[in-house]
Amino acid sequence: MADTVTVRPPTVGSAADGKRRAQRRKRRLAVVFVLPALLLLGALVVYPVLFSFGRSLFDASGDRFVGAANYAAIVQDPATLKAIRNSAIWVVVAPTLLTGLGLLLAVLTEKVRWATAFKLVLFLPMAVSFLAAGIIFRLAYEQDPDRGVLNAAAVAVHDGFDDAAAYPTARAREGHGLTGGAGGPYTTTSTVRPGGSIGLGFIGVAPDALPAGAKAAAGPADAAGASPAAGTAGAADSIGGVVYLDFAPGGTGTPGRVDPGEKGLPGMTVEAVRDGRVAATATTADDGSFRFAGLADGDYTVRLPAANFEAPYQGVNWLGPALVTPAIIGAYLWVWTGFSMVLIGAGLAAIPRDALEAARMDGATEGQIFRKITVPLLAPVLTVVFVTLVINVMKVFDLVWIIAPGPVQEEANVLATRMWLVSFGGGNDQGLGSALSMVLLLLVVPAMIFNVRRFRRSGA
Amino acid sequence: MSGHSTVERRGPSGRTTALGPVSRSGQPTAQASRQPSVRTSTRLSATPPGSAPGRRRGGRISRLLGSSVVQGVLILVALVWITPLAGLLLSSLRSEQDNATEGWWTALTDPSQLSLDNYSALLRDSGIGAAFWNTVLISVPTTVLVVVIAALAGYAFAWLEFPGRDAVFLVVVGLLVVPVQIGLLPVAKLFGAVGLFGTIAGVVLFHVAYGLPFAIFLLRNYFAEIPREMLEAARMDGGSEWRIFSRLVLPLGRPAIASLAIFQFLWVWNDMLVALLFADTGSQPLTVALQSQMRQFGSNIGVLAPGAFLSLVVPLVVFFAFQRHFVQGVMAGSVK
Repeated sequence: MADTVTVRPPTVGSAADGKRRAQRRKRRLAVVFVLPALLLLGALVVYPVLFSFGRSLFDASGDRFVGAANYAAIVQDPATLKAIRNSAIWVVVAPTLLTGLGLLLAVLTEKVRWATAFKLVLFLPMAVSFLAAGIIFRLAYEQDPDRGVLNAAAVAVHDGFDDAAAYPTARAREGHGLTGGAGGPYTTTSTVRPGGSIGLGFIGVAPDALPAGAKAAAGPADAAGASPAAGTAGAADSIGGVVYLDFAPGGTGTPGRVDPGEKGLPGMTVEAVRDGRVAATATTADDGSFRFAGLADGDYTVRLPAANFEAPYQGVNWLGPALVTPAIIGAYLWVWTGFSMVLIGAGLAAIPRDALEAARMDGATEGQIFRKITVPLLAPVLTVVFVTLVINVMKVFDLVWIIAPGPVQEEANVLATRMWLVSFGGGNDQGLGSALSMVLLLLVVPAMIFNVRRFRRSGA
Repeated sequence: MSGHSTVERRGPSGRTTALGPVSRSGQPTAQASRQPSVRTSTRLSATPPGSAPGRRRGGRISRLLGSSVVQGVLILVALVWITPLAGLLLSSLRSEQDNATEGWWTALTDPSQLSLDNYSALLRDSGIGAAFWNTVLISVPTTVLVVVIAALAGYAFAWLEFPGRDAVFLVVVGLLVVPVQIGLLPVAKLFGAVGLFGTIAGVVLFHVAYGLPFAIFLLRNYFAEIPREMLEAARMDGGSEWRIFSRLVLPLGRPAIASLAIFQFLWVWNDMLVALLFADTGSQPLTVALQSQMRQFGSNIGVLAPGAFLSLVVPLVVFFAFQRHFVQGVMAGSVK
């Protein structure tokens, strides 16, 4: 529209005049278009950067100029140093794992038909806020295996390998044939010979803590007789017996004897010991009975190893001081793996198929193709994923804030959370807080230069 | 990449400006500013041709075996990914008592535990419901403002001549990586001075400012791909710049604007940090209301789990409704 002015050929003076006027109008219009953005950016982004820099040179109250003292304080304050260490762990571990995992999954999904559904599932967490992800993982990391799914799985796996029942609260009835301290092992005070039988009474197990399959105990005296539970008519080379809970609801029984209503303790490991060596090992049945068979003649003591009385495996203390940072990084992986996988998958799809086919024709294995062709061709995409993740990880705040329980907050702090705590969360040292935010900015600058150069190179 | 209907919209130089995920070799990227490649490559269904199983004749058995192992691994991974989310959903549907004694997975075999009681209790309690509306009142205006202001600026940076244009644009791109944390303290003081601190307007303004660098960058690059002849023809026809902007540029830019809007909306909807500082109890969004409950975590899962799920529902709906734009938006926005 403005250009049409110059098409008309009136006097030279007015043409130049009109051109200038048109140009001025155009500029004014451009200003109108750009001004709202520049005003907001100037007031709320550029000014704060300058302000923060200035503020970082003053003390907590803002009255006294302290120069670089706040920056020096960063490297002296142990809590801040810990935050820097944690941030370093985050920046190294999270992007590396995410890029690797994304690459692996992107390659694998190329081989299945339902890749779209799979990508959908993995990308889903990108829609979830870090707050919600934090709550989700607080639930999953719950220490009690009856509540936290991760520890439930850990306990299930652990008990799958080691399924002996354990009675951490059980202890022997004093003066009824067993010696040993709380927590085991327990040994019989008298010896028993093959052909004999023995009753081992315990107390301290709540009836509802008994395994579900526990049955009424078979009396050891019966073992000598015809009790099917303890084995028929005591073979001459075997020792039978019963491990039982020497307590019946109602408390009517006699200590040291198997009374009606008293239950066996199943799953106990029992050892027959002779001259300090274990001659035979048995595990109690549902009614608490056990039997050592094929024993040579001699005097045996019966021992219950300490393993019977160990506290059961309770899983991992995910949110304890030692594991809290890896645990939070795990939650971060859950959110971001889909991102890296989809991005790398897009790069993978663009690799010329003929290069791969040619390599296959030449007899290269899939592993060789992956290492020698796929990864080098993907290098630019992998770099982009990595740099992008570094920028994001550097600024991580919400997830740490939400997942780390109060007492271990300090162990989990990263730069961003530390900066918040120092400036607003009770620290109230805005000088130090500003210095920390400047450090955060400086750490992101290399990534910024990387991005801007990439941008200019590609022809802006 | 398959040719796409948007191909003809590329600039005459065919230049592909992008700051984000782009490679010089012309590999596809997740950059919404590169229309043709983006649309084909970041679709979740980007299965390359010829990747179907059985493309090679030899070793079919080992391939079959390998593929079933791969399938097994991927199914396992997918289950691992679903489990935490399922845990939240089921926990949110169980009573406080059930949650305290047994894991949520027991509800899989005993569905009678599940009820909507937590949700109705949550909505009756005004706090969370009000926070939900605050979230809407913060994220919708922010999204609209960012799109409008950035579209204006993006058009100016792409097609209007003014002195220092490219330099200013570079500065704007540079601002892309200023972390939100830098702004907290100074802007809090600023807002305190003008009475915006603790208001929804304050939260919105802050979000708009920190959303702009990326938005301008994205839209400017997209608009720059519009063929010059098209704009010149419109100018010849006597269209004013306003008219060109609203009738030509905005419609042409719709794909990028959609991606941007989704990304921006999601970003603000899910934000906690900014609102934690700038909103007071009356204007706090869902995220802030819920995080204040985290201190007693364990005894209030009946509030936290349904609350978290409530905050998830909107993003999930957006995710499933606008899948492709969603992925593009998130991918492009990841440079932030």
